[in-house]
Amino acid sequence: MTQSVSYVRDTMLPAQDPPALQSGPVKWVLDNLFSGWLNTILTLVSLYVIYQVLSGILPWMFGGIWDASSLTQCREIRDTELGGKEVACWAVIASRWKQLLFGFYPPESYWRVVLALVLFLAAVAPILFSGLPRKMLWLAVVAPFVVFWLLWGGTIWGPICVALGFVLGWAVLTYGEDIAGELAAILGAILIPILYWLFLAGPLARGIADFSSPILGFSSVISLVGATMAAAGIYLVTRRSSEIGATLLAIVAIIMWWAVVDPYLLVRFGLLEFASGAGLSAFGIEYVPSKQFGGFMLSFILGMSGIVLSLPIGIMLALGRQSDLFIINKFSVIFIEVIRGVPLIVWLFTASLLLAYFLPPGTSFDILLRVVIMVTLFSSAYIAEVIRGGLAALPRGQYEGADSLGLDYWQSMRLIILPQALKISIPGIVNTFIGLFKDTTLVAFIGLLDPIGLMTTIRATTDWNGIYWELFVFIGLLFFICCFSMSRYSQYLEKTLRTDHR
Amino acid sequence: MQKSVLLGAATVALLAAGAASATTLEDVKARGSLTCGVSTGLVGFAAPDASGTWEGFDVDLCRAVAAAVLGDPTKVEFVPLSTQTRFTALASGEVDMLARNTTWTFSRDVDLKFEFTGVNYYDGQGFMVPKSLGVTSAKDLDGATVCIQTGTTTELNLADFFRINNISYEPVPIETNAEAQQQYLAGACDVYTTDASGLASTRASFENPGDHVILPEIISKEPLGPLVRHGDNEWGDIVRWSLFAMIAAEEYGVTSANVDELAKGTDNPEINRLLGTEGDLGAMFGLDAAWAKNVIKSVGNYGEVFEKNIGENTPIGLARGLNAQWTDGGLMYSPPFR
Amino acid sequence: MTTISEQPGEPFRISQLIYDTRYRSLTIQMIAFILIMLGLGWLVNNTVENLAALGKDFDFGFFGSRSGYDINQKLIEYSSSDTHARAVLVGILNTLLVAVLGCALATIFGVIAGVLRLSKNWIVARLMTVYVEGFRNVPVLLWIIVIMAIMSESMPEPKDFRGDDPEATMIAGSIAVTNRGVYVPGVVFTRSLGGNETAATGDGAGETVPTGSGLDWLVILGVLGASIYASRVIAHRADKTQEETGVRPKTGLIQAGTIILPTVAVLILLGAQMARPELKSFNFSGGIHMRNSLIALWFALSLYTGAFIAEIVRAGILAVSTGQTEAAFALGIRPSSTMKLVILPQALRVIIPPLISQYLNLTKNSSLAIAVGYMDVRSTLGGITLNQTGRELECMLLLGLFYLVTSLIISGAMNIYNNVVKLKER
Repeated sequence: MTQSVSYVRDTMLPAQDPPALQSGPVKWVLDNLFSGWLNTILTLVSLYVIYQVLSGILPWMFGGIWDASSLTQCREIRDTELGGKEVACWAVIASRWKQLLFGFYPPESYWRVVLALVLFLAAVAPILFSGLPRKMLWLAVVAPFVVFWLLWGGTIWGPICVALGFVLGWAVLTYGEDIAGELAAILGAILIPILYWLFLAGPLARGIADFSSPILGFSSVISLVGATMAAAGIYLVTRRSSEIGATLLAIVAIIMWWAVVDPYLLVRFGLLEFASGAGLSAFGIEYVPSKQFGGFMLSFILGMSGIVLSLPIGIMLALGRQSDLFIINKFSVIFIEVIRGVPLIVWLFTASLLLAYFLPPGTSFDILLRVVIMVTLFSSAYIAEVIRGGLAALPRGQYEGADSLGLDYWQSMRLIILPQALKISIPGIVNTFIGLFKDTTLVAFIGLLDPIGLMTTIRATTDWNGIYWELFVFIGLLFFICCFSMSRYSQYLEKTLRTDHR
Repeated sequence: MQKSVLLGAATVALLAAGAASATTLEDVKARGSLTCGVSTGLVGFAAPDASGTWEGFDVDLCRAVAAAVLGDPTKVEFVPLSTQTRFTALASGEVDMLARNTTWTFSRDVDLKFEFTGVNYYDGQGFMVPKSLGVTSAKDLDGATVCIQTGTTTELNLADFFRINNISYEPVPIETNAEAQQQYLAGACDVYTTDASGLASTRASFENPGDHVILPEIISKEPLGPLVRHGDNEWGDIVRWSLFAMIAAEEYGVTSANVDELAKGTDNPEINRLLGTEGDLGAMFGLDAAWAKNVIKSVGNYGEVFEKNIGENTPIGLARGLNAQWTDGGLMYSPPFR
Repeated sequence: MTTISEQPGEPFRISQLIYDTRYRSLTIQMIAFILIMLGLGWLVNNTVENLAALGKDFDFGFFGSRSGYDINQKLIEYSSSDTHARAVLVGILNTLLVAVLGCALATIFGVIAGVLRLSKNWIVARLMTVYVEGFRNVPVLLWIIVIMAIMSESMPEPKDFRGDDPEATMIAGSIAVTNRGVYVPGVVFTRSLGGNETAATGDGAGETVPTGSGLDWLVILGVLGASIYASRVIAHRADKTQEETGVRPKTGLIQAGTIILPTVAVLILLGAQMARPELKSFNFSGGIHMRNSLIALWFALSLYTGAFIAEIVRAGILAVSTGQTEAAFALGIRPSSTMKLVILPQALRVIIPPLISQYLNLTKNSSLAIAVGYMDVRSTLGGITLNQTGRELECMLLLGLFYLVTSLIISGAMNIYNNVVKLKER
């Protein structure tokens, strides 16, 4: 190329590297750390703080002693081998970590707790992650019963008999309408399961567990034939309405047969001795009383049952608070405000000191159950507020659309409003759960052995009397990991749900 | 769907609740285990070990009652209770008995409707100070900061003591013994006050126990003992005489080692009656004839339990003092088994 | 149309209660009301039966009896021979104290952390993220215990201040940070309205002992409030003059004088003195003693709540769109004024409602005082008093009521404020 005019350049100069101070890490450091005198001071102060904290903590943490049987031994090792340098005595964690995680749960049954946790996570996964197949929701229906059975043990018939109540209610709702009309069916669907739970479920479960075993039941020809006939009869009668319903009812019939008819026959024909002699305890696993629950497992159980159980109550309260019906509205408002106005610790003391007063004389409840009830009521008020937020966030058009389709109140709620409102409430629910999970540490004050309660108990043994920081760090870290991951999830969810500014 | 667990749990609870029957003894027998309220953790008196087995002086009393009633000292469910929740737990029937270093006072016995069934440890409130402070008497403590465990009688005794002596102090109320110990060791309070046994056991766990002294003043009487609900006298008798059986066994020289030997019959009719080879004391309150033998065989006599948990050969190193047998100048005195 | 649905004269049928929408809501409400009342009645009935079975009664008379226990931190006069009612009052004041202090400090922490999290300084922003996440994700109970342990483990003991070559020295000669708390100088009065005692023993026998009483402080605060109001009035009139004439009269000195002079006069009249903490036999005495328990609870609650407030502040600032800043700059408003006049008023609207609920949470969390032995209302009414008298039902009922009323008052007051600052839609 030639230069036609000497003072005009018509070719581009080759690109030059930016000045050293304006590129690469140097520029980043200058821009981000030393962009002005204020920033420089802040940076230096921050660096100093970080250095101080880390230089204090890291050698203490990583130089820790893992192998000792007591604090005294830890101190000896420290003085003889490490020249008196202050280091952590992690031996306490090494010897007590199982207790901090599982409380006094029998060690040979730890797998049950882990399995219950996995099952619970699998059950909530389809609710939390929309990518998973919807069919997995069935797991959420079964999971509560199985988790309950895994944790407490005993025979599986207890949870099954309780679950039967729901099947019963559903059946009455579905088939009762043709026979007795809508209103009667609804009333029946509420009343019959409650009556069943109150009067029949207990004896039923005990009956099955005590008297017979399914294996024995199957082995006796009478039982087999009888059960099959009963089941087939019911199936054929109800098949017209719904295939699945008929199947479920048939299963109910088989269990009822085992529970009621079999024991009668066994007693009648003297087969009872044979049954108990054979020692066929039906699907039983070792019963673990809730007094042995403790540690993080307890925090999880309280947090999860609190949230799961409070969801239906919370939804009802949220709807009640939005309702036009004066009494229902006011009742919801008062309930929510009273619960939210009083700290959890007062409610826990109420559970521990007063709940016995409010129940009929002679009833005595397990303390864990009392706490679960109180925590459920407590979190239901918070959940109600979260869901109210979700309901309020729905555009009015959704309500009007539902009305214009001619849906009645419950139909519009069930089919249009709640699915949307609940979906946008999930981050809030997760946040409530995080709060509740952290707050479960307060049960230490009413004598339950959660991680913080165990901390006191561990320090009360002669071996570990006088140890603090190691336990603080361990417990704090576990809580942090759980809560941090959950809060990250809820933030991710908020992002995916935010459909506006895009 | 989620409603299920609530109802399920409630149902199970209702089922469980339905089983409550007339007397505590029947309840315990039907349940096959004793529920016993203990401290959430007090060195030497009640604390779980690494495998979750509870151990300690109070714990052994629970085990003794279980051995008497059910013949098996392991059939106890321990319910750790804080100072706040202990009385309600007993009153509401959550526990069958309380063995939780609880002081026998008039108002607890009468107003709170409990029945103290004896004293398993005679204690008194004392003070512990660092040696370097140079204090020799509690009356020198004017203006001192005092750590106390809240919710106990020590709080009231302390207020009275300083009031009577017309000196001032700064109370630092603390929820648990472990916490109080930390505060004291760190120097956040000059003095730690609690039952003298608690002071001794706390001092024993220090890095340098010699740097701390327990002041001579004992400012209160603290008879610690097991308690049960008012109104079930038979059950109260069982707890009371289980303790007395341990005390009497020590007096007569019956130990867990020789109890089998002695149960075959001795020349001493008192021992025979105690161990059930003569007369039928057990049947009088609905227990097996060998009830006391079970107690001694499984947990030992009072002296053995004392030595094992808090005696001079343990890190806690308490002397028998007031808790020696009456024959040795102490207060441990069992009424005759007759 | 109407004639079909409302046929006149048709007799009322029972079934209308269920099928007629006009009556159905009434029916449902009646049923709900009856069920609720039945439920409540059941609970009350159970309680009465249980109380009778235990031989207890429902009686608040125990509040008049002697409490018998001492309380270390008391804002009003109290000793162990006072009544339970007074002990409860001391507890209530302590709860309110830590709640007010906590809310103030939490706001400061929260605003600083929230603003710094948006800082361009990478390392500061990260550090603040660590603070926020660290405190948000660990139970506040653990933080309270940890801060208490730090206070009592790593601060010097009072005896370290003793001797010619002490291991620890007081900050500025008058503030002592010890492991029993922080001792700061306080103000006492030689002519206290509560009355002064005369020293009976010691060197200064016969001299009046300076003290302070709540009455003194009430008077001082009253005077201060009145003079601030007066100064505001002056400023307001200056604004008016400026609007009318365009010239603002110089009022700075007058305003300052209006605030300072009356207050100083009152202080002199009362004989105000600085009382510095001095090391006596076991402890420091004189000045104000902020106990470990107060500091641990106060800081833990503030740091914990501050972490939540930081997120709220950050979200509030981010919610104001950048267009607002740009528009303000385009109008020629200076950056400092932009923050004050444009960004903050808009951000506050987003910030205040969640801030209210954080204040409420802090107040409720102050009941965790139990962990460090701070003598709040739960520790007196729901703790020692309950324990010594065995009146669970009465004590818990009052305790719940106290928290409920406090919460309602706070949320009520904050809602009024919220209504003042919120966007007036016309």
